[in-house]
Amino acid sequence: MAGKDQTNGEPILSVRNLHVNVGDQEILKGINLTVNAGEVHAIMGPNGSGKSTLANVLAGKPEYIVTAGEMVYKGQDLSRMAPELRAREGLFLAFQYPVELPGVRAWQFLKAAVDALRVHQGQEEMSAREFDQMLKEKVALVEIDPDLVRRSVNEGFSGGEKKRNEILQMAVLQPTLALLDETDSGLDIDALRIVANGINQLRNPSNAMVLVTHYQRILDYITPDYVHVLLDGLIVRTGGADLALELEAKGYDWIKETAGAGA
Amino acid sequence: MSTPRVISRGATTSSELDSDYKWGFTIDIETDLAPKGLSEDIVRLISDKKEEPEWMLEWRLKAFRHWVKLDQEEPKWAQIHHPPIDFQDIHYYAAPGSKKGGPKSLDEVDPEILEAFEKLGIPLAEREKLAGVAVDAVIDSVSVATTYQETLEKAGIIFCPISEAIKNHPDLVKKYMGSVVPYTDNFYATLNSAVFSDGSFVYIPKGVRCPIELMTYFRINQADSGQFERTLIIADEGSYVSYLEGCTAPARKKSQLHAAVVELITMDDAEIKYSTLQNWFPGDKDGNGGVYNFVTKRGKALGRNSKISWTQVETGSAITWKYPSVILQGDNSVGEFYSVALVNNHQQADTGTKMIHIGKNTKSTIMAKGISAGKASSTYRGLVKIMPSAEGARNFTQCDSLLIGDQCGAHTVPYIEVRNPTAQIEHEASTSKVSDDEVFYCQQRGISVEDAHFMIINGFCRSIFQELPFEFAMEASQLLKVSLEGAVG
Repeated sequence: MAGKDQTNGEPILSVRNLHVNVGDQEILKGINLTVNAGEVHAIMGPNGSGKSTLANVLAGKPEYIVTAGEMVYKGQDLSRMAPELRAREGLFLAFQYPVELPGVRAWQFLKAAVDALRVHQGQEEMSAREFDQMLKEKVALVEIDPDLVRRSVNEGFSGGEKKRNEILQMAVLQPTLALLDETDSGLDIDALRIVANGINQLRNPSNAMVLVTHYQRILDYITPDYVHVLLDGLIVRTGGADLALELEAKGYDWIKETAGAGA
Repeated sequence: MSTPRVISRGATTSSELDSDYKWGFTIDIETDLAPKGLSEDIVRLISDKKEEPEWMLEWRLKAFRHWVKLDQEEPKWAQIHHPPIDFQDIHYYAAPGSKKGGPKSLDEVDPEILEAFEKLGIPLAEREKLAGVAVDAVIDSVSVATTYQETLEKAGIIFCPISEAIKNHPDLVKKYMGSVVPYTDNFYATLNSAVFSDGSFVYIPKGVRCPIELMTYFRINQADSGQFERTLIIADEGSYVSYLEGCTAPARKKSQLHAAVVELITMDDAEIKYSTLQNWFPGDKDGNGGVYNFVTKRGKALGRNSKISWTQVETGSAITWKYPSVILQGDNSVGEFYSVALVNNHQQADTGTKMIHIGKNTKSTIMAKGISAGKASSTYRGLVKIMPSAEGARNFTQCDSLLIGDQCGAHTVPYIEVRNPTAQIEHEASTSKVSDDEVFYCQQRGISVEDAHFMIINGFCRSIFQELPFEFAMEASQLLKVSLEGAVG
């Protein structure tokens, strides 16, 4: 694999020759990707290239069927793990379209998620007081309206609030591997800055992030270690942060041409 | 305030049917049982056992004669199905113990009964009684114990078995019994009027705000018996009471009939809040056994600015047929109906309400949530009627149905009759399923499929649970979880 040659931490995710179908259609056609602790990867590509499929199949969305290849997360075969187990093991997906749960209060939902994680780790459920305190800090961190956590999950939230709520959940759950599926899309410039700021604050040497994005602009705020370009179900190019700038300047057609007719 | 437990977890069960129903045990107590069948003699026997005054017997007999005229014509309009009920194959009177007139104090209550209620999470003994809740415990047809009598008496509140009220407060009973649900009202109400054996009576005097919640816990124990209780609550001018009702029954192979009547009356500026957690035995997974819950509940908001509010969480019974209603007679009076009805396996529910607007500027709110799982069917049936006199009446109705799986059904049958052009009526309805996307979203946050369903269903019911006293709401939520076991995940 090309890119920066500095050695990072322990491998967190290793994807080998991954083929994925949705229905009868093959969407991913042999993906290879290694993500080590402390790294931020950006996966870029035009609409329909398979970016969101990659994020969703890693999280275990039922309609995505792995037909070949492997996904190894922290030494475990992901395809043998139920979605909730992947989550409890620290794999987090910030949804492109966060789901509304009418009547379920956001804080209640988060408390259930935190407790599921803790019980999985052999800990006690978090006390209400400790949880309140922690939530207050995280709410401040992602600059979200404190009132949102008292409302039903995502119900009546604006597009930007939904995305920020995803980052709040990420801040609360502190995942080992965060997959951010087009978290930047639909955000105005202020919201983008706040979301990016939240993500940067959560970045540390023991975790890793994969940003799935269509545009370069979030990378003005978050500097990735690697940029991968996905085209028609394959990673056709990998480079450093400057690759994103080059893409922005030259467009995806440039990659299509240089990737060659064989891709 | 401690928790009024309506659910007992981990109670040992011994029941006739193999079922997950955790309240299905029976107790072995001495029972005073009338022979099976219904006749004028049985009505006289019941009245005699209760040592009733002549006027009460006369009223029962009138009801009985009317019932005979109905010639076993049960109401047919509800969307429910069951084999014909043999009304001669039922014991119409079953009383624990042979002592006449019932126990005078808790010391006289059979320890087996105290233990049974303990198992149900309703401790009756003075030392352990529920904090902040006065309980009237009714087994089969008879009230066996009432707690907090003294506290209530000091406030002038009467909370006693209706059989005692008939003897000790005949003027109130004579005046109000049958004034909201006349004995001719419907088949089951008529039957109840003839054979009712006990139930609760409440009177809240003028200006008194009842300091604690009042609760009646109903338990069917005897096989082949029916339970026919009758409850009458009167809130005098400017008074307030919150009344709770819980019910369970043993898991028996044969279906049992429960035909109760509840009447509520509010005077000027008075308010009654009536909450029910109905958890009668629902039958087993294949639809064997279970209670037929055919109940007539109605309130009359008689006084100006008075308010009657029904909140029900219905998870039990093989069949539920009930329409807690409000007659809005006083000007500016308010009627509310908040309902969650959950059916699973082969359960059937046809439930809803009637809001009859008579007074000026009367206002009613209906929020009904139906949840269907397994092969069950649930129907919301509601009537909003605006009489010509009801100037400025308003109603808001919202009916939501949630389906789990693809073999269940949900139906909404609203009736709206408006005879005054100033009325404002709003009706909203929705039907939805728990979506795969919702469940996956929860799973991605580490929450199991079963817990995700439970959380989503709870969210669906939240606006109703909010209407329940806090501890009761917690129990209601647990009850949903238990009732849905095996339906999801």
